[in-house]
Order: sequence, then structure tokens, then C-alpha cells
Amino acid sequence: MIPEIGHYALVLALLLAVVQSVMPLVGAARRDVAWMETGRMAAFAQLAAIAISFAALMQAHVVSDFSVLNVVNNSHSLKPMLYKVAGVWGNHEGSMLLWVFMLALFGAAVAGFGRNIPPTLKARVLGVQGLIGVGFLLFILLTSNPFARILPAPLDGNDLNPLLQDPGLAFHPPFLYMGYVGFSVAFSFAVGALIEGRVDPAWGRWVRPWTLLAWTSLTMGIAMGSWWAYYELGWGGWWMWDPVENASLMPWLAGTALLHSAIVVEKRDALKTWTILLAILTFSLSLLGTFLVRSGVLTSVHAFAVDPQRGVAVLGLLILATGGGLLLFALRAHALKIGGLFAPLSREGALVLNNLLLSVSAAVVLIGTLMPLLLDAFGHKISVGAPYYNFITPFLTIPLILVMALGPFMPWKRADLPGVLSRLWVVALLTLVSVMLALWLAGVKPVMALVGIAMAAWAGFGALWEVADRVKLFRVPLRDSLSRAKGLPLGAWGTAVAHAGMGIAIAGMVGTTFWLAEDVRVMKLGDKASIAGYELVLDRVEDLNIANYRTEMGHFSVSRDGAPVARMKAERRWYPVAKMQTTEAAIHTTFYSDLYVVLGEESGAGGGWVVRLYHHPLVPWIWIGSLIMVLGGCLSLSDRRLRVGVPARRTAPVAPALQPAE
Amino acid sequence: MSAVTRHRLLLLLPLAVFLILGGYFALGLTRDPSKLPSMLIDKPAPTFSLPGLTEGEPGLSNADLTGKVRLLNVFASWCAPCRVEHPLLMRLAREEGVTIHAINYKDKPEAAKAFLDQMGNPFTAIGADKDGRVAIDFGVYGVPETYVIDKDGRVRYRHVGPLMPFDLEEKILPMIRELSK
Repeated sequence: MIPEIGHYALVLALLLAVVQSVMPLVGAARRDVAWMETGRMAAFAQLAAIAISFAALMQAHVVSDFSVLNVVNNSHSLKPMLYKVAGVWGNHEGSMLLWVFMLALFGAAVAGFGRNIPPTLKARVLGVQGLIGVGFLLFILLTSNPFARILPAPLDGNDLNPLLQDPGLAFHPPFLYMGYVGFSVAFSFAVGALIEGRVDPAWGRWVRPWTLLAWTSLTMGIAMGSWWAYYELGWGGWWMWDPVENASLMPWLAGTALLHSAIVVEKRDALKTWTILLAILTFSLSLLGTFLVRSGVLTSVHAFAVDPQRGVAVLGLLILATGGGLLLFALRAHALKIGGLFAPLSREGALVLNNLLLSVSAAVVLIGTLMPLLLDAFGHKISVGAPYYNFITPFLTIPLILVMALGPFMPWKRADLPGVLSRLWVVALLTLVSVMLALWLAGVKPVMALVGIAMAAWAGFGALWEVADRVKLFRVPLRDSLSRAKGLPLGAWGTAVAHAGMGIAIAGMVGTTFWLAEDVRVMKLGDKASIAGYELVLDRVEDLNIANYRTEMGHFSVSRDGAPVARMKAERRWYPVAKMQTTEAAIHTTFYSDLYVVLGEESGAGGGWVVRLYHHPLVPWIWIGSLIMVLGGCLSLSDRRLRVGVPARRTAPVAPALQPAE
Repeated sequence: MSAVTRHRLLLLLPLAVFLILGGYFALGLTRDPSKLPSMLIDKPAPTFSLPGLTEGEPGLSNADLTGKVRLLNVFASWCAPCRVEHPLLMRLAREEGVTIHAINYKDKPEAAKAFLDQMGNPFTAIGADKDGRVAIDFGVYGVPETYVIDKDGRVRYRHVGPLMPFDLEEKILPMIRELSK
């Protein structure tokens, strides 16, 4: 009964989405307040309907209702409760339901919070959000109904892919989707502005918090995914340039560019056409990500739903949304007035360079991801692997990081480079010290590692020094500096914190990429192994039956210079229902480095185990840095200026009588 | 052409690029990569001769592929799924006694060496396909890929992506036993 309620609620949500798209769009064109207001109500109602539907699916998973096909395919009665809940979105149908749930959440948030937005723009934004909702709800109802029943109901389910049964991955999709879907708001704002034919600084201010929210969630989601890959796939890789990972990186790169170009629109009334285009492209890349994952056009370790029919449907949605947006752009963007002028050497100039580099990066990833597909259409078959990305990455990231630290020091309109550089000598000095430290600790080779550390230090210290410079640290009494720091807008803190986080993350990436130590050996009980100054002893190996898997657990005791440091447990698991084997690496972290141990197959001769040992210097910094970036995003989001909006600039030609009754 | 028309044509550019891309996607969808029907099934393996990973080491050519049933694995040290399937190849070679040849795809020899030193070397012979030409002849879609090759050197089965335990038990091993009769 409950699954049927969920299904009906979903159909109801589709009808409400139609209302939400038609009423406000028509209402805005006719300047009819009542029609526009209906759109707002429909957004709330749609959220309620989808929430009911989502709760119904969750109920089916939690109580293991095996008369529902989705539960049979992805769950098992013995599965721990956390994964029964996470299993709701750990499969195609459920994840699409989560997608529309997020979309409705954002739609309702725009309807509820966007008080300062002119009513016609707001109505159009809601209308476009509604249209996206119609598309995806139709997709779910027609091709991926999560509530389909199965008769007779089997006694037990097929279990969730064991690689996905993991706390890190349980909450990875919601964050990722919040990011993907959050960019739909920027898209709707862009389309709304194109219909209105006007973009002004206020538009930049309205669109920024949504972009920031989406970017922050996406950063969190990607970081969680990479962390999961690091500890779960069993060899300590944190990024594999897998098509599905790239699918999340592309919107992140474009979204980062959008975040920065929207600032230029807001502060300087410039870069408007470009920002609109970027908003459309960012969301298109999010849709492309959904398309790549859901259609399986590219073979990938992640692709768990290969289904051409669904691929065609998502492709249709992608073409409608992106094609429609770009068509509108081609027809209407010329109406946007060219805004403020600026010298190449200025804050604007630095942000333009940032946008250029980030967009090129997104294009590079796009080409790398799609190349096999494009060439396949020509009859060639190739695959682009890590070498392609490893080759190109330095060319794009080094200038990007250089500018990242310089930009915030530059004034708007026109900057003098010697003046900016002279304020950065402390940063240059600290960078030099960091490189010397790396040289002393790790030696000259590989040289790229030193370049990488220089980049990380330049970014990190540059961001911190920017705040120090603003509060005139050491130049005025400390008390004055403190009161200046208090007066600094949260947005400025957000920038500094996010940039510093980027620097820390880069240090982590560089450390583990260039200074990794690894060893593989056969160990018998009582055998010793040493790596990077640690001594490991294999104490015992035991066989255990836990919940829905069997495990072989190796116990290691670790010491350093004779003093015990830790006990580590590395596992090899066998999931009989899913017929899959996974490894659970043992990780001992010191926050400067990770010791990473993997228990391999039992070796045939002499009864030992193949044990793989890794020492990953600085690797935790990747995720610490990412979390700091997320914190920066949150700080910026809580800046009062973003919430209050622009009071004065109100050039909308809406007659006073038509102001909404709010 | 006036500046205004040029400007407006420029605005059309994103749409044009997107439409071309969309066309390719539509084409791509007509091909299902999970069931790549190899052109080579039941045909002799393409003619090739590859050098070894380092100088002095024997390489691999299609002449090496006759005489008994064997597997041909295409791998690269930079490919994550290759690491996932590698322990299975080790088991196949050591416990099942299957002969496995390998094509090392677009890789640096030292990286490939390090990969094998670390993970174990289940391969009887390895050919280094640095520019990926031979892989194109085989129609390799992405690494890893595994081919079953019969006594006469004909390709009998193609597996795309990492081998999983059930692939071995349900397909590869029964097939090798059948063909070895």
C-alpha cells in the first residue's frame, strides 16, 4: 500500500511541476500577480509530494519489503540499517528520485527565500525550475519507476553492490546531487534573465548564494567520493580520471568559474554575457554527468546502470535543457548591455584569467572523457588514460594557482603589478622556506614535487597573507588588527579560507603523488616488514562471519624506532550474495602521512599472505583541505550581504501596484 | 560583415558546438559498450609483433598465440581497474595453470615493471604497445580487456573491463576447459 502512495505522490508531483512551469511563465509574460503566486505555491506543493514519495521508498527499504522490485535488486534482509537507508539512493531509480527531491527542495527554497528578487524574474526562475522537474519526473515515471512490484515476492534480496556498502559512500550521492541540482538554480536564473533581457549587478548578487551552495555541496561530495576511493579500492588511489569522476569534476570546474565571474557581474556590471553562458554550461555539464553515469555510453568501473533506453531519455532531457538554453542565449544575449570597462591588469582581469583557465580545464576534462566516444563514432577506438591528464594538469594549474594568490590583492578596474608584488614578498619568502623544507626532508627529486609544494605554499600562504594584509597585521597595534578582522565581511574570510584550503589540498595531492613509498611481500605469521621508518609484524589472521559477508582479518602491530605505535586490522571480505570480494585497507594516520596496509590473497607455498604496504605522505591534507574549502564556502554563504540583497538598485519596469503580496 | 552580425554569430557558436556534440552522443548510444561484439570473434588474431618491455626481453607476436588455449590481457599501470583484476590473473596463472600473455598498452616500461613487481607477474610474455597501434587492430575499447585465444590462434571470446570472480567461474574457466579438449 505504501509503495502505491509513493507512486501516486510522484504522479501528483509531475502535475504540480506542470503547474509550476506553465503558470508563472505565462503569469510573468502577462504580469499577472495571481498566476505568478500560483507558481510559488506549486513549488511548495511539489516538494511535499516528492517528499512523501521519497519517504515511501525509504520505508520499503527500511522494512525490507521484497515485493518491491527495487528493494529486491538492491537490498538484503541482513544488510546493516545504515545501508538499508543509503540503499535508497544507491541504485538508479532511487538516485533519480533523490535528484528530483533535491530539485524540488531548491525550487521551494527559491520560492521561500528569494524575497528581494523582482517578481517577474522570480516567477520565470520558478517556471524554468518547474520545466526541469517535469522532464525528470516524466523520465522516472516512464523509464525508472522505483515502486514497481514483483509477484511472487522473493524471500530475500540480491544485496547492494558491496563496494557501495560504506559509510563514506552512503552520504556521497546526496552531497553530489545537491551540487549538480543546485546549479539548476543558476541555470534558471540565466534563462530567466535572458527572457527578461536584462542582467544587472543585482542579478549577480541573487545568483551567487545558490551557486555558492551548489559549489560547496559539490566540493564536499567530490571529496567524499575521493576519500572513499582512497580507503575502499585497496591501493590508496584518490583520483583515477574515471569518466564518472570526471563527470563530477567538470561541473565543479565550470561552477568555480561561475562563482568568480558572478562576482564581476555584481561588483562591476561586466562579463554579463559570459556569466550567463557559464551558468547554462555549468548545469549542462551536471546533466552530462547524469547522462554519462546513467546511460553507460562510456564503460567505467562505476557504471551500475547500463541501459540504452534510459540513456536516450536522459540525452533527450540534456538536449532540451542545454539546447533550449543555448538557443535562447543565441537569440537574446545581444540584448544584454556591455558593462563596466577595466584594464587587463586588475581584479577583473585576474578573474577573467581564472575563468579562462578553469573553462579550459573543464574542456580538457570533457575532451578526455568523451574522446573514446567521439572517435568510436568515426570507427576508431582509443581510450584516454591518466597520462593525458597528468601531462596537461601542470600547464593549467600552475598559472591558475599563481593568479589565485595574486587576484585578491589587486584592486578593481586597474592595478599596478609592482605594487601588488611588493605586498607579496612575505608570501614569496614563506613559499621559499616551504620548498627548502621539502628539499631537506625529501631531496631534489622529483623536481615536480618541489614545484607542487611551491604552488601549495603560494596558494595557502597567499590566502592567509591577504587577510593579514587587510587587517594590517604587524603594521598597526594588534588590537586594531583584531577589530579590523572583526569588521571584515564574512565573504572575504570565505575567500581566504577556501583559497587556503585549496593550497592545503594541493600539498596533499603533491605529497602522495610524488613521495609515495610502496612495498609488496609475502608475510607469514610473525613476519616483520618495514616501510618509511615503520616496522610491521603480522600477528594473526582470523576468519569471521559478520552480517552479510565473510571476512579474513589480518592483525598487524606497528612500531617505530622500537616503540609501539598502533595495531592495524586489514580485511579481505567476501560477499556471497553479490558474489564479490572487497578489501578493507587498514589505515594509520598521523595527519602528516598515512600508513596503508592491504591484506591480499593467501599465498600458495608455505602459508603466507600477500601483503601490500604503502606510505602516503601528506595524503590526509587532500581531505582536510577540501573540508576547509567547504568551510570557506559556508562562511561566504553566511555573509549577510548575500542574504539581504541589494536595497537600492531597483530598475525593474514593474508597476508598484503589481508588487507581490508577500 | 558588420560588427553586430559578427557578434550575433558568435553568440550562436555555443549552440552549434553543442548540437554537433549531441549528434555524437546519439551515435554513441547506438553502440552498447558492455556488449562490444568483437569483429574478431572466431577469426585469427590480427598480425602483430611487439617488442618486450625492456631491450633484450622477448616480446610478443601473433605467432606466439598458437599451440594451446591461452588468455591475452591488455593492461596498463595507470589503469585502476587493472589493479582490481590483477589478483585474479595471478590466481589464474598460479593455481589454474592458465597461460596468460599480455599487451602493455600506452605505458612507460618502467611504470609497467613497477606495477608487475608490486602486484606480481602472471604473464608468460609481454608485448609493449607504446603507441596503441596493435590495440587498435584488436579493437580495444579501454583497458583492461581480456581475450580467450584457442589452439589455432583464433580469438574466441572478448571480455571488456576488469574480470570479476564470477566471470572466471562462469565464463572464462569453463571456456578454457572446453577449448582445451
